[in-house]
Amino acid sequence: MKAKFVIPLALFLILVVFLWVGLRLNPREVPSPLIGKPAPQFDLTDVHDPGRHFSNRDMLGKVWLLNVYASWCESCREEHPLLVEFSGKQIIPIIGLDYKDKPEDARKWLNQMGNPYELSVSDLDGRVGINFGVYGVPETYLIDKAGIIRDKIIGPITVKSLDERIIPRARELSQ
Amino acid sequence: MKLLLCFVLLVFVNSGYAKEAVPVAENPAIEKRMIDLSEDLRCLVCQNETLAASQAELALDLKQEIREMMKKGMSDKEIVAYLVNRYGDFVLYKPPVKTTTLLLWYGPFLFLAIGLIVLFLTIRKRRSQIEETHLSPDDAQRAQSLLENNP
Repeated sequence: MKAKFVIPLALFLILVVFLWVGLRLNPREVPSPLIGKPAPQFDLTDVHDPGRHFSNRDMLGKVWLLNVYASWCESCREEHPLLVEFSGKQIIPIIGLDYKDKPEDARKWLNQMGNPYELSVSDLDGRVGINFGVYGVPETYLIDKAGIIRDKIIGPITVKSLDERIIPRARELSQ
Repeated sequence: MKLLLCFVLLVFVNSGYAKEAVPVAENPAIEKRMIDLSEDLRCLVCQNETLAASQAELALDLKQEIREMMKKGMSDKEIVAYLVNRYGDFVLYKPPVKTTTLLLWYGPFLFLAIGLIVLFLTIRKRRSQIEETHLSPDDAQRAQSLLENNP
């Protein structure tokens, strides 16, 4: 007789735990298979100076952030002030990847909003974005001295993701 | 003056068609192969839509990428590997069988087995609970007469 109450109750509680955990996950955050792997090579031109090339090989030996943005991207507006503030602290350099955007629009946007990037490069056709597995701008990659992707933040950066993920890991990798 | 106006208008008329047409049926065989393959792939932007059905910008880019890979002679397997390397198993509507997906693939059979065990145990328990009862001769006669009187 007792089991008649205990078993359904136990099943119900298991279901509650599954729903509790499941409903709190963010389905938009797809874990990247690139974490722990070398960042895909690219060679692109500078947003501010189309004659100047930049390759991620130039960053070997440094810990840095690759921030994928675009002037047409609404959520980029949200995270931008935080990036500007973060770049002011000079912890690690940020390189911008201007995803499927016109360089002149990006320049205008950066003039208006402030420019947190040491350099930003144009990914005009989005090919480099595909190689990095970008599926929603903004995305941010933390890359170590050996050029390996250590972390990826999907969607706008928040104070929390900066303080709890990016800054501590950047400090750890810089040592 | 009129001539100039005509000329200006002509220029504007042309600008209305400035957008390049999307190369759809450039190569019908590749197009068909691309659609067949992308029907088993997930669009990362819309998530519940196949890559074939999605009109999201990234999906269009990826479909173009697939077309080009097919033109280069890459096999379906190689193309799927290319996408999985970038976006993970999440792009596959049929995830591969590995330790993390064992429950996903075999969970339903596990539940079926549990159900069968419960069913078997319940039946066995009930069988032991049912007692064979014998009718007394009086009751047997009453039952017989009831059955016969009933039309």
